[in-house]
Amino acid sequence: MEHTVTAYEQELRGLAGRIAEMGGLAEHLVADAIVALTRLDASLAQRIIADDLRLDALQRETEERAILIIARRQPMASDLREIVAALRISNDLERVGDLAKNIAKRVTAINNAVIQKRLLVGVEHLAEIALQQLKDVLDAYTNRDDNAARVVRTRDEEIDALYTSLFRELLTYMMEDPRTISQCAHLLFCAKNIERIGDHATNIAETVHYSVTGTAFEDERPKSDNSSLESVESET
Amino acid sequence: MTVAADIKTDTSAFATIRTPDLQPRPVKVKATGVKVFYGAKQALHGVTIDIPDRTVTAFIGPSGCGKSTFLRCFNRMNDTIVGARVEGEILLDNRNIYAPDLDVVELRARVGMVFQKPNPFPKSIFENVAYGPRIHGLARTKAELEEVVVTSLQKASLFNEVKDRLQEPGTGLSGGQQQRLCIARAIAVSPDVILMDEPCSALDPIATAKVEELIDELRANYTIVIVTHSMQQAARVSQRTAFFHLGHLVEEGPTNMIFTKPIEQRTQDYITGRFG
Ligand SMILES: Nc1ncnc2c1ncn2[C@@H]1O[C@H](COP(=O)(O)OP(=O)(O)O)[C@@H](O)[C@H]1O
Ligand SMILES: [Mg+2]
Repeated sequence: MEHTVTAYEQELRGLAGRIAEMGGLAEHLVADAIVALTRLDASLAQRIIADDLRLDALQRETEERAILIIARRQPMASDLREIVAALRISNDLERVGDLAKNIAKRVTAINNAVIQKRLLVGVEHLAEIALQQLKDVLDAYTNRDDNAARVVRTRDEEIDALYTSLFRELLTYMMEDPRTISQCAHLLFCAKNIERIGDHATNIAETVHYSVTGTAFEDERPKSDNSSLESVESET
Repeated sequence: MTVAADIKTDTSAFATIRTPDLQPRPVKVKATGVKVFYGAKQALHGVTIDIPDRTVTAFIGPSGCGKSTFLRCFNRMNDTIVGARVEGEILLDNRNIYAPDLDVVELRARVGMVFQKPNPFPKSIFENVAYGPRIHGLARTKAELEEVVVTSLQKASLFNEVKDRLQEPGTGLSGGQQQRLCIARAIAVSPDVILMDEPCSALDPIATAKVEELIDELRANYTIVIVTHSMQQAARVSQRTAFFHLGHLVEEGPTNMIFTKPIEQRTQDYITGRFG
């Protein structure tokens, strides 16, 4: 149902619109960062670093809008939850932008002309899933779709498992051929950044659930990043 | 959902959503199936609610939904309205207040009331507070009476502002002070329950804040039921909130629950400003 006060309704829609805009930009930054990495495209990387500033500005603006609505309207119930959700999601999206920027910065740091294709496959695959998660959770937000949010949250396990196996794979390459150590180390950091983008998608899924239902997910978040426990047996 | 909503159906087609408190308190007032008629017109359609002891319970809802009508049932003020008829049961400390042998004067001392417009008597500040204890015989000596007046004014957070002019007319005070004087007057007869019908709607924000602060202090010793048209006020001062619509109690529960995740769509629509 619409608000009795039309201006309030418009303010809430404006806020949701801002989140949609931030979401689009964040997705775009992540996708570009992966392209920049696979092609070692330094000029694209520079553009990502510049675009991330826009995402930061949008985040501050979203926050100001939300605070103003709270101050002026004293929102209640679902409106209040929606505004709290917008605040949280804008934070997550801003962090996603930072992570994409971290990948872009690394592109400028890798000074080889090419990265061996076989080293990249796993990272690209991880990025694909993370991007899909980001896209799906933003759709869940737009449609206020609690079920879609739940699916995203469950699927984060997949990213974590993939990251763990990628970690092991890259360690193996490094031991097989020490000349790849520098490249693999950079890729490991990129993979970690991508894995954390997945975590932010999960945060957003939890926020969507809260916004729609007013409750937190009742079960523990699935978690299976075991890379901190990994070691690789060297093959002698 | 962790909320165990205990849904009770009243005699009408409407069901009331009742969410129990996490820290339940003893029930002070228990209303069951309360109906009120003004002549042929029915204003309340079977309201059932437990009012917990030493807690602030807020009644909210669009104007005309029956909040004041229901509040007036608690001290039988509706008896004074010609053509008004009350059905159902209201227990105060497990005693039916509509029992034929009940002393209504005594009831109104135990269940005090504060109105929307401050209404001090055209007498001194002292007399305004002393009047009740005197007619109820609560003070035997002049010294005792003085003590009751002073402590009542202190409990109503008014004493320091008026201690040098107790003999001046109560009507000479500011609106906010007059309202606190009316609260002191209600307190002076040692009530258990204080009913407040939009007690701040004639006050400016500072005076409102002082009354709200006072309500928060009073709940340590009194059961308070407040009707307010300000949802923010209900959210600020109460621990439980009941939402009324068209003479029905729609939903009732812990205040923080009603204002963050009400269960009923009608409650949600009302508190977010989507009708009213
Ligand atoms: N003294 C009265 N005589 C006749 N009808 C009344 C009287 N008092 C209230 N009503 C009617 O009862 C309904 C509930 O009124 P009230 O309890 O004052 O609502 P609220 O306090 O929620 O604004 C309204 O329709 C009102 O017109
Ligand atoms: Mg009223």
